[in-house]
Formats: sequence, structure tokens, C-alpha cells
Amino acid sequence: MTLPINAQNVSIVSIEKINKLSGENVKLCMQCGTCTAACPMAEEMDFFPRKVMHLSQFGMLSLMNDINTYWKCASCHSCSVRCPRGIDIAKVMEALRQLVLRTSKNYIEPSQMPAEQISELPQIAMVAGFRKLTS
Amino acid sequence: MKISYYPGCTLKLKAKNLELAALASLQALGIDVEEMDRWNCCGAVYSLTDDDLIHHIGPVRNLVRAKERGADKLVTLCSMCYNTLARANQLMKTDTVKRDTINRFMDDEIDYFGEVEVIHYLTLLEEQVGWDKIKEKVTAPLTDLKVAPYYGCTLQRPQDVGIEPMGSFRLMTGLLEAIGATVVPFNSADKCCGSYQVINAPAGDNDAAANVINAAASAGIEALATSCPLCEYNLGKQQDQFMAKGKITANVPTFYFTQLLAMALGVNPEVCHFELNDMKAVQLLEAKKFQVAA
Ligand code: SF4
Ligand code: SF4
Repeated sequence: MTLPINAQNVSIVSIEKINKLSGENVKLCMQCGTCTAACPMAEEMDFFPRKVMHLSQFGMLSLMNDINTYWKCASCHSCSVRCPRGIDIAKVMEALRQLVLRTSKNYIEPSQMPAEQISELPQIAMVAGFRKLTS
Repeated sequence: MKISYYPGCTLKLKAKNLELAALASLQALGIDVEEMDRWNCCGAVYSLTDDDLIHHIGPVRNLVRAKERGADKLVTLCSMCYNTLARANQLMKTDTVKRDTINRFMDDEIDYFGEVEVIHYLTLLEEQVGWDKIKEKVTAPLTDLKVAPYYGCTLQRPQDVGIEPMGSFRLMTGLLEAIGATVVPFNSADKCCGSYQVINAPAGDNDAAANVINAAASAGIEALATSCPLCEYNLGKQQDQFMAKGKITANVPTFYFTQLLAMALGVNPEVCHFELNDMKAVQLLEAKKFQVAA
């Protein structure tokens, strides 16, 4: 898929937002793809972590609105410990999640979870999952 | 030296088998730890956004409680609690600006500067007892059980709080060997099990976990040892569904390493609560003629 880079979707303000929330500098990324190779969830992601890093470098949040990448991220830090540019990609993923969650949008609805699943899951699954996927 | 023990939510409910086996083992080894009389949920995951300090209050409050009681070290068992508490501690030790804000926000508490050392139970065992002494105390060695340490994510990453460097599984390997098991290394010991994503996926859809099981099975591993209730759930309790969906072809039962330790130390098997593991785990132990009921 070709993603156009143009004045409508490039945003310096968005780059700054991502950097500020994550505490990282996405411009450091050299697009090597190590993060994608290290990611256990990559197969399930719409865009691989490398591509999300690329879009973040241009602040192209509008192209990332509907992708599942940062929602599928398990915060496993497998990418972060391997990035040759020292970027904590897990923090960039968290920033992208937070940019949505802070508009009071939930990614999952706890009330829709089957009661049976809730009774089986260990407590940390729910505490962690709700913290990552709900506002 | 005073060591406080932080259990965390899951160990009091779904993962009693992790906690009770651990505490009974410490007793058998003659180690004293004192469970904190007041503690709260650590939050399970460390907040990763730079401006979000409020979610550090939970773990830091536990550290304050430990300091108040004069603890030198705070020991935890659950990998996620360990990670969250150790990272929050690191923050309070090194980030003077955020530390100041957090201390001022919690003005009803004593100030905290990262004085308490957060350690994992495995580190405690190595420091306070050592593998040789544990070996001497083993009464029922796990002879012929081929087991692999499974660390998952939070025991090792990020590196500044990891219980040991990436790629090294020395601590759990040392323990498992001391209790007589045959340790079989495999390439997925630090691969993610899918973590909290399980709340957003139908049962048995977790490829990350199925991949770990497959890697273990093809290495000839009979059982995985973990210290995380979420790993135990994702890997141990979903295998029937993985099998039904054709994602795995062989079962690899999952145990808490503390259950294996307690068993080898001759602790009453009822304390290990094997009924909370998947049935396959119990069947494996029975097939190996280990004592699973009193
Ligand atoms: S590993 Fe680092 S440098 Fe390489 S693509 Fe990923 S974020 Fe960029
Ligand atoms: S932290 Fe997220 S993006 Fe990075 S490897 Fe893990 S799941 Fe993939």
C-alpha cells in the first residue's frame, strides 16, 4: 500500500506530541526493522512496528487512527531492548494509545466481556489490560 | 537485615499455588520474611507515558510502606509486580524532579528516595541460601523431569531492572538443577506469552503463547517453570483451546517454579495446590510418580 506524504497528513505538532508523551525522539529511528523482527505480536498487526515508527516520524496520526498496531502491542519491551538507536518503542506505542484513550475512548468495553472469561482470568490480566486498553 | 514480602492481588486469589508453595519453601529453608501488613495493588504494568505520574503512586505507596517498617529489601514473586515495583523504585532513585512531585503529592506519607531494594524471590534464594544448600535440603529430587525456565518479559526487561541480563536464565536454571530436574534450554524462554492481550482475544487465539508451547515441545521439554500468573494462564490454561484450533500438537504443562521447589523439599503437596494448575500438569506429575496428594 502506498501512503502519500502531503501537507494534510504530515504534522509537526503531532511529532511533538508523540515525543513529549513517550519521552523518546522518534526522529532517531533509522528504519532498520529490528523492532518488527523482535515483536511477538507483529503477525497480528495492521502495520508493523517499523512502519508505525516511520509514520510517527512524520506525525501522521491521521493514518494511524484505524490501525490496530498499538492496541495489539503487549508492552513486552522485546523491541525496546534491541533497537540499535536506543529508542524505547514500547513507550512510543503507549503514547499512541494514550493519544486515543485521553479523548475518553475505550478500545475494549469491559462490560462486554463474557462473565465466564472474567471469572477465569488472573487479576493481573484485567488490571493490566484495562490500564492499556481503556480510558 | 529485614526483608518485607509483597504478595500482590493475584497471589491471594487465582495464584495461591504460586504463593503458598513459595512461603512453605522459605519456611523449609529457614528464611524469614515478613508479609507487609498493608499493601495495595501495584498496578500490574508500569506507566510508560512521560507525563503520567499518578499511576506511579500505587507502586510507590507500597515502597513507602516497606520503608516505614524498616525493611532493607522488598521481595516479590509475581513477575509483573516485580517489574512494576522495581521500575517505580528506579524512578524514585534516579529522577529527582519526578520524585519530588510524587513525594509532595503524597504529603501524608514519609518522603521516599528509593532506599528499599526490590528483589525477586529467585534472587532472595540465591543470596540467602544458595543452590548448594538447597540441594542438601532436597528430599524428593525431580529426577528425569525435563523442564525449562520460562522468564517471559517482565523478569528481564527493561534491562536496568532485569533480575539478570537478557539471554541469561542462570537463576531459575540454578534452582531447577539444585532440585534435581533436567534443565533443557530453548529459544523462547524470554518470548512474550501475549500478556494482557488475552482480555481482548477469544480463548485459544493467542499465537504468541502457542508459539512458545510449540518451541518447548520441539525441544523435548516436558514442563515449563514460570513465576508469572499471567504467563501461567496464557501458556498453561489455554492448551486445550490451542489444540482444538490446531495451533499446537503436543501439551507442555506449566508450573510455578515454587511448586517444583516445594515438591522437591518434601513440603506437604496440598500446599502446592496443583488443582489450580491445568489437569495436564497433575497428570504429568502422576505419570512421573511424584507425590501430588498428601
Ligand atoms: S529498531 Fe529502532 S531504529 Fe530500527 S526500525 Fe525499529 S525503532 Fe527504528
Ligand atoms: S513492546 Fe509492543 S511493539 Fe515492541 S515488541 Fe513488544 S508487542 Fe511488539
